[in-house]
Amino acid sequence: MVIERIEAQLPGAVLERHAFRGDATVTVAGARFLEVVDFVFGEGFQMLVDVTAVDLAIPEYRFEVVYHLLNLASQARLRIKVPVPEGAAQPSLASRFKSADWAEREVFDLFGIPFEGHPNLTRLLMWEDFPGHPLRKDFPLDGGDLFCSQDIGASFAPEARSLNA
Amino acid sequence: MEPTPHSRTDGDRMIVNMGPSHPVTHGTLHIVLELEGEIIVKATPNIGYLHRGVEKLGENLTYQQFIPLTDRLNYCSSLMNNVGYTVAVEKLLDIQDPPRSRVLRVLCSELARIGDHLVCIGINAVDIGAFTAFLYLFRERETIYDLFEMMAGQRLHSSFTRIGGLFRDIPAEFEPLCEQFLESCPRTVDEMEALLTHNPIWADRTKGVGAITPENAVSWGYTGPCLRAAGVPQDLRKGQPYLGYETYDFDIPVGTTGDVYDRYLVRTEEIRQSLRIVRQCLDRLRELGPGPVIIEDYKIALPPKEKVYTRMESLIHHFKLIMHGIDMPVGEVYSATEAANGELGFYLVSHGGKSPYRIHVRPPCFPIFNSFDEQVRGRIIADAVSVLGGMNIIAGELDR
Repeated sequence: MVIERIEAQLPGAVLERHAFRGDATVTVAGARFLEVVDFVFGEGFQMLVDVTAVDLAIPEYRFEVVYHLLNLASQARLRIKVPVPEGAAQPSLASRFKSADWAEREVFDLFGIPFEGHPNLTRLLMWEDFPGHPLRKDFPLDGGDLFCSQDIGASFAPEARSLNA
Repeated sequence: MEPTPHSRTDGDRMIVNMGPSHPVTHGTLHIVLELEGEIIVKATPNIGYLHRGVEKLGENLTYQQFIPLTDRLNYCSSLMNNVGYTVAVEKLLDIQDPPRSRVLRVLCSELARIGDHLVCIGINAVDIGAFTAFLYLFRERETIYDLFEMMAGQRLHSSFTRIGGLFRDIPAEFEPLCEQFLESCPRTVDEMEALLTHNPIWADRTKGVGAITPENAVSWGYTGPCLRAAGVPQDLRKGQPYLGYETYDFDIPVGTTGDVYDRYLVRTEEIRQSLRIVRQCLDRLRELGPGPVIIEDYKIALPPKEKVYTRMESLIHHFKLIMHGIDMPVGEVYSATEAANGELGFYLVSHGGKSPYRIHVRPPCFPIFNSFDEQVRGRIIADAVSVLGGMNIIAGELDR
């Protein structure tokens, strides 16, 4: 297993690991992240399938950036998670994987996590002067007063949420 | 992105907007082309016109309620999205659907794949000017939609799967029509090949256009027919089988150069291979005979209506499922299926409770479209049209 080799080669880099439903997952300290990526790239995980994030809304660190890697030779998958506090930047993988370009821009757009070293970190799905980052948990489902106050006077967001609570 | 006037000159370069509403974008894509004469110096795709916030909505819906939203991701093969999503939720729940449902899911996935490839090839051809092939192919696609209507009651937005199985079994008249389709579709594919494969105009417009090396394709995150056309034999149905694909007999076509012509050949062969799988599915359904198509765990799947109306316990199960949803375990899964365009992934984070804490869709054409600039740079505008068709960009899944 690649996770054991990461632990042997880079001691202290792995904060946590699990294999829920067979998905090999490691949580890696932000400072060691690039070393881990370099190591697993050498191990054959050469396709960056996906980059996304989760807004955990916990005091220690707000976000978790989640990378899914695929080893085409062995068909093994690896999920690397990095805790990122609010306002902190995450190193970009754009120089290593070409697919990181839009994937990181999307995370920046929807979560507001900056990626250090990205060649063109601009919004991707939303327009440039869009207020806020929609996939953060504190962003209301209907966009909030910014989008609703003009015509109806108040946001329906609280009611909309209570309907589904 | 700053607003660009329809067409203006900028030094020696002319800036032309392709889209958001352009005949070849088939959806709402916006590409800003910087031209020197007829040569593309830079292409900047500007996406997001069809962004509906599917992931945000998913966080506020129950797992079951998300299924109709998956229809609207790749609307050319919505059944395959339904299957991909329910497979992901079932992985989270650690359950398996009944054998008959598994065969039916493979059957409808492969029909959807054929439909998607027919649309992709047909549209690519019509963009390049070969209108006849398009009409031939759409006749077959019509039959596929008739089959979907029999299955799900809907032609486009099928919402056919349920967590733990399927909405219902196929009707009796499905099989004769499907047999008829298996008869006629190979003939249509042959006719299409006669029109396109050795057509010098088609070859001129597609050979060498959008060529990509295997290493580059992997780095861009290519999956599906575009990656296989580049010579990488990666198919999740073989590599990481789900729904029992390892028990079906089929081959993976692989190209050599990765250009639009190879993508066309790979898709054509995949249609034939999918027809083989559909044939095997029909035989298996006959062997299996009638049986349940959804699991009988009423904490996950709704009990049948007769029981709801006659038994107290079933009524409670029905009420609990509708009002409180499924009791999900805490955890996270990533589940990928081989959709028509490539790897369709769903990343689900559950903190328990009726709605997912986070749901993320990994659409296959998103990383592929990312490479558009590299694919068309230094080529003429007409090549941009071929490349766009060969990539099979579906705005619904691109923007989510």
